[in-house]
Amino acid sequence: MSSDFWSGLALGALGAYIIATASGWEYLGPEGPGPGFFPLWYGIAMLALAIVLVITNVRRRIAAEKPVDWSEIRRALTTWLAFAVSIAVLKFVGFIIGFAALTFFIVAVMYRRRLRVAASVALAGATAFYVLFPLALGVPLP
Amino acid sequence: MEILSGLMQGFAVALQPANLLWCFVGVVLGTVVGIMPGLGPPATIAMLLPLTFLMNPAGAMIMLAGIYYGAKYGGSTTSILLNVPGESASVVTCLDGYQMARKGRAGPALGIAAIASFIAGTVGVLGLMLVAPPLAKMALAFSSPEYFALMALGLAMVVLLAGCSMVKALLAMLVGLWIAGIGTDLFSTTSRFTFGRMELLSGIDFVVVAIGIFAIGEVLANVEAREEAQLLPVPKGLRNLLPTVQDLKDCRFAFVNGSVIGFLVGVLPGAGSTIASFISYGVEKAVSRRRSEFGTGVIEGVAAPEGANNSETGGALVPLLTLGIPGSGTPAVLLVALVLWGFKPGPLFIPENPALFWGLVASMYIGNVMLLVLNLPLVPLFAQVLRAPVYVLYPLILGISIVGVYSASGSMFDLALLAVFGLAGYLMRKLDYPAAPLILGLVLGGAMERALRQSLMMSEGSLSILVARPISALMLSSAVLILLIPLFTKVNAWRQKLLS
Repeated sequence: MSSDFWSGLALGALGAYIIATASGWEYLGPEGPGPGFFPLWYGIAMLALAIVLVITNVRRRIAAEKPVDWSEIRRALTTWLAFAVSIAVLKFVGFIIGFAALTFFIVAVMYRRRLRVAASVALAGATAFYVLFPLALGVPLP
Repeated sequence: MEILSGLMQGFAVALQPANLLWCFVGVVLGTVVGIMPGLGPPATIAMLLPLTFLMNPAGAMIMLAGIYYGAKYGGSTTSILLNVPGESASVVTCLDGYQMARKGRAGPALGIAAIASFIAGTVGVLGLMLVAPPLAKMALAFSSPEYFALMALGLAMVVLLAGCSMVKALLAMLVGLWIAGIGTDLFSTTSRFTFGRMELLSGIDFVVVAIGIFAIGEVLANVEAREEAQLLPVPKGLRNLLPTVQDLKDCRFAFVNGSVIGFLVGVLPGAGSTIASFISYGVEKAVSRRRSEFGTGVIEGVAAPEGANNSETGGALVPLLTLGIPGSGTPAVLLVALVLWGFKPGPLFIPENPALFWGLVASMYIGNVMLLVLNLPLVPLFAQVLRAPVYVLYPLILGISIVGVYSASGSMFDLALLAVFGLAGYLMRKLDYPAAPLILGLVLGGAMERALRQSLMMSEGSLSILVARPISALMLSSAVLILLIPLFTKVNAWRQKLLS
């Protein structure tokens, strides 16, 4: 099955969740439409369109539109994971250390530059952020 | 006369030293952003938006608009020298621009792109100045049903023109409407889709979604490629960048074509500058005496689309400022910027904020002159941006995104949402779901629901109010027709197949 099939299933599930949740809210009250009115309609539309996407895909019997380059996806997801981890640890280590570590990881691991280069970029970047935001602009860092 | 006095007032605002500086900062940033593949104006404006809270709104608007139209100038440089569009609107410039560069005519290609951008960009601002005030006056007669119909029409056009799959574009728009609906319903104080989280009661901040989808999503998509593209040599010296007299003669029609088509397409909600440049290129090719040579390095093939994508910015600001309806991703971010600064884009925006509107118009005339000066002699300098290592650039974008979101809300929860929307932005790119309908659904969702519910309250629950009023009936019928166009096309193709 192609990516459209799986994304259609996921969006269909979201549509079903919206319909189920919105059904619990008032649809039409004495003062007009309730909080469930609008969500119910876009939930129905989402479910219907997701079904169209899935059925179209199944009928065409497409195994996959184009070969997936998993190494590319792995690079992107690894970067995202590093980004997410750096956000998760911000509360404990602060922005400067978290950002420097993220930069070091991207330069050294994702782009395979020398450790000295990665450390220099991380240090320069973190210093630039500190000078620009809290010192020059008065913008607080996390 | 009214326009002339407004323009005088605008120049008085735009020529203030601080505003001139912000205009310069905006167009320089825009050019740099346009040159860099993978970082577009919506991402940049969304990242800088929280920082503009420290600024005077006129200066902030002038700077953000400068980024918007400046990026259109910069995008051509990458298309011509790298065969990679720096900005989506410059895709079509690759066809003839890169071929010209390969033949050793990179200089005239870059030069004509700057000249066409200047001419058409100025015509676009002229159009904005002449069309926006009367349109705003006309829209004063609009009430909730007309607003709902207008937003439905705008979303329908966005969906139709968004990309290859209409179903996917519609689904992206519906997800945008859903995100807009998260939080407390202001009519009934019911909390909707909050998953029991206190942080979601006030809804999801637009800045978080826009930065996540555009900036983080773009970085993740670009980080996939390990190698950097090779740059063709950049000509040095103004003389080598100027097109010949014959080149200018060949581009006469392209200047007019790009200016007119760009502006008209810009006014249309949903079309955007990429479509403007494609249409303009198609028209230029259709009327050209040497149409068979298009794609091999014809100078009109650079001038027409580059003109169109610059003129489009003036057109796109017309529905944004007069109706409060953004036509594509970047105007949607600008709309949110205006709302966050305390303005209400719509029919009353120009009468209530003449200094801001006319200041913006005047700054765009000035900004276009700045861009011409920057992009002709200084293009070799700007092209050096393409030599900057991406492993330095991407962490900086991620860092600015974190600071931007945190400075807007001061919430660690919003930073977690930023990571979630970043992943969503990346997946949307991988799965070919267009981002613009999602952002427009998000921006318009709240107002659309409010307009619909107010309309139904006016009619005591009867949907007939939406079709009983002529303007809203016309707009809703147009929206339905637009959504049915692909169906008609399919039925027609099926009939043809049966007949044959």
